[in-house]
Amino acid sequence: MIARWLGLLGLIAALGACGGIKDNLVVVVPSADGHVGAVTVTDARGQTVLDQPYAAVTAGRGDTATERVEVTAAQVEAIFGQARAALPQPPVAFRLYFLSDTNQLTPESLIAFEDVFKEIARRPAADTVVTGHTDTVGTDPYNDALALERAKYVRGLLITRGLKPDSITVAARGKRELLVPTPDQTHEPRNRRVEITVR
Amino acid sequence: MAATVYSRSGLRSTLLAMFFVALASPALAADPIGQIKTATGSVAIERAGARQPAAAGDRVLQSDVVTTGPDGTVGITFEDNSMMSLGPDSSLALDSFRFDTTTHDGAFDASLRRGTLAVKSGYIVQQGPPGEAMHVRTPAAVLGVRGTEFVVRAEAAR
Repeated sequence: MIARWLGLLGLIAALGACGGIKDNLVVVVPSADGHVGAVTVTDARGQTVLDQPYAAVTAGRGDTATERVEVTAAQVEAIFGQARAALPQPPVAFRLYFLSDTNQLTPESLIAFEDVFKEIARRPAADTVVTGHTDTVGTDPYNDALALERAKYVRGLLITRGLKPDSITVAARGKRELLVPTPDQTHEPRNRRVEITVR
Repeated sequence: MAATVYSRSGLRSTLLAMFFVALASPALAADPIGQIKTATGSVAIERAGARQPAAAGDRVLQSDVVTTGPDGTVGITFEDNSMMSLGPDSSLALDSFRFDTTTHDGAFDASLRRGTLAVKSGYIVQQGPPGEAMHVRTPAAVLGVRGTEFVVRAEAAR
């Protein structure tokens, strides 16, 4: 008798965790940094914006219209725990600077360069992206070419140290992603950099 | 040559020529759009009508369909640093993917055919018009991704 009651309680607990939510479900979840994004859900009836933590819509089997639903963090864990646990580690970026007008890394950047290999070793299937950045002196085509040249140079350093060429992507952002915001046509050594992203 | 890498007064015309050569190389349909970073249990990729087992380190291409078995999970990082992962008994079609590493312009469309999916958006969403650069389709709705993290479950097909 007690066992039967315990079984019933277990069933109720299970329903509490997963039950009542229809098959098709979308939930916005807070990121590790606490930032909450947004998703628009467009169905046969119109559009719903989900932009709050655990904001959700659901639809039943065969339904083509969704409706808002209350979802808790515990329910998200019960339904999506395995999927979320499979998310890859977030990419990590390492910033490199060169001594002025040379191809010699600064002392700090030599350390960062070594940290790249430690990060690669921590990951089961790492690849790297080498991205060149410039300051705002010059045109976009000029800076894109310069940034690409710098990125290719660092790619060469990585290959010399044993990374497989097909695990390295080069990219050139030119003056589109300034580390230190400046007006156009401004010399800024801190913006002339190469970033190695390990992912 | 190597010593001139950081000299702005260097070979400007050479750099320009290299840039236009780079522009002239179109992305091929067979170019990888992402890489499997985590895999547990049974994971497969359906590509051009053939189904092959997949493991961490494998590249994924546009039009691949990634599936997991009853014991399977898989996590993929895409070229724009967006990430998707599947729980067990799931199927995700990577319908189309385009990403410019210089401008970060791009478009990403995927369809969750069944199962559970977790998504973290990347550069394509940061750069594109809000909710229009990346879409995830389910049997019931089309999701326009405005940012960061969400989860989706789709009914199994009948």
